[in-house]
Amino acid sequence: MVTFFQYLISGLSAGSLYALVALGIVLIYRSTRILNFAHGDKATVGTFVAFTLLSRDLPFYLALPISLVFGALLAMFFYFAIIVPAQRRDATILGQITITVGLSMVLQGALLFFWGTESQIMPFPLSDTRVWTVGPFYFNQLSIGTFLVGITGSILLYFLIQKTRLGLAMKATSENLAAAQTLGIPTRTVLATSWGLAALFGVLAGMFLAPALILDPFFMLEPFLKGFSGAILGGLNSLVGAVVGGLIIGIVENLSGGYISLEFKNTVPFLIIILVLLVRPEGLFGKEFKERI
Amino acid sequence: MNLVESYKDDLKLIEKPWTRCWVALLIVGVILFPLFGSEHFVYLATLIFIFSIGILGQNILIGYTGQISLGQAGFLAIGAFTFGHLTKMGVPLGLCLIGAGCMAAVFGVLVGFPSLRLKGPYLAIVTLGFGIAIYQVFTSYEVLSGGRMGMVVPKFPALFGLTSEVSMYYFVFLLCVIFLAATYNLISSYIGRAFVAIRDNDIAAEVLGVNLTNYKLLSFAISSFYTGVSGALYGMFMGFLDPQMFNFSETLLIFVAVIIGGLASVEGALFGAAFVILIPQLLSGYNELTPVILGVTVVIIMIFEPLGLAGRWFKMRLYWRNWPFR
Repeated sequence: MVTFFQYLISGLSAGSLYALVALGIVLIYRSTRILNFAHGDKATVGTFVAFTLLSRDLPFYLALPISLVFGALLAMFFYFAIIVPAQRRDATILGQITITVGLSMVLQGALLFFWGTESQIMPFPLSDTRVWTVGPFYFNQLSIGTFLVGITGSILLYFLIQKTRLGLAMKATSENLAAAQTLGIPTRTVLATSWGLAALFGVLAGMFLAPALILDPFFMLEPFLKGFSGAILGGLNSLVGAVVGGLIIGIVENLSGGYISLEFKNTVPFLIIILVLLVRPEGLFGKEFKERI
Repeated sequence: MNLVESYKDDLKLIEKPWTRCWVALLIVGVILFPLFGSEHFVYLATLIFIFSIGILGQNILIGYTGQISLGQAGFLAIGAFTFGHLTKMGVPLGLCLIGAGCMAAVFGVLVGFPSLRLKGPYLAIVTLGFGIAIYQVFTSYEVLSGGRMGMVVPKFPALFGLTSEVSMYYFVFLLCVIFLAATYNLISSYIGRAFVAIRDNDIAAEVLGVNLTNYKLLSFAISSFYTGVSGALYGMFMGFLDPQMFNFSETLLIFVAVIIGGLASVEGALFGAAFVILIPQLLSGYNELTPVILGVTVVIIMIFEPLGLAGRWFKMRLYWRNWPFR
């Protein structure tokens, strides 16, 4: 039982980061119907910026916001420089998805060019070797910090969407683009904000994943796929679903790694997703597909 | 481009006598190519033919039936390792290839079942899960993957006094032509039109009498057959197999090649394969920059030519046909 809870704790901490990644994917999908394959790589770029700043002895409380803003600006730049022209030329959704695949290649190449292939160790104020013992349970500093960051980020996003005018504009834009434009909502700016926010969450997740994993240009691929599947599990339209889906993926992954086999740690979550989707094809919290002929 | 007046016109592979000449010239060129081209170029051309078979398969699925699959690497791996095991048992080459394709097709039908309920990104994630599961199975069970050092596959035998590489080139070229012709015929038949109907609107297709279950599964089976054969050829070409060869980036490469080559176009598969193989070769001096250039070209093509290279090719032909009256 104690080991079960131990797995649950580490699962929740990993899952909260997957939830952040998933939130980024859902934010973009909801507003533009694009699956952003460059999401993980944008997060990697942001994390590497943070790594460079930290290894130049910049304090953490400065490096974190700088790299977050950098990631957000990068995403906004991509939105205006590439996605908007593509949409002006009537690119299909599949074409736009391919553009993000191309972007992810570009970013990966840039990462290899600037930072090389060797793996780095991220200097980080929290450590996973500092451990607190509460009764029979162990809590390490890193996973507690990770969990808190994941949950705080999700709650802040919730308030942003539900309680501010910007959130209202985002909802309107994702609901019906043409109607939102007619009502005078600056949809381009709103969509760019969504892209920026999404990248910000990705970088945040990357920053807290980096100390636990090894930092190399490909380290976000697996968390990105996990976050992606978390988003699918929760339903691609639903922000609540993204958080729940991410947490479920994290917990299932850790439980299956502990009880079934470490090798299939990455596979079992996917099998569970397949089973869930066969029962609920639009994910746990997604809305039904409605189609007209 | 042309007015199609009868069903026979619709089925024609080549429309104009001049086109016949160009195609004949092209084929002669490809046949004579190993006599003039260096070994490296023959190597690249073989790789392009092998890839274009896999890309054709993916194009049938994405371009014609409209089902996104991100598990192509899994089918490649299944085809390749089935081929490896069959050759080890001493089965003749042709049967090995068919066996590899059929094994992949069986798994394709299995993966196709979720497609009956799921759409778009949801289907993509299920197939992605399949690809990852297959990769995991092959890396974890050495019985299947042939041990820690990978599996050695016998190379193509040297025929008619040619080297092994050149005979492989001709063999793969022949197979590629067969697959291209088969795909052309498939697409202009009832089955192909059913696929296109499913892509455009599956509910409408069902109302019009297309059996969704059968045709979606058939599309998955055909697509993964192609991919399995392509994987088997790739294994034979490389001479050894290792699960690492079939990871997620391979899937992305095929996906990108399909879109760049042109969705729902048969010759687009050749263009796409040539693109993803030749672009890294042109830049082999700047290895770090290869993904950057590849990515930038993908973005540029998608912005300026959403129909892919095949669309550009079509427009060029149209332009020259009416030249100079435009």
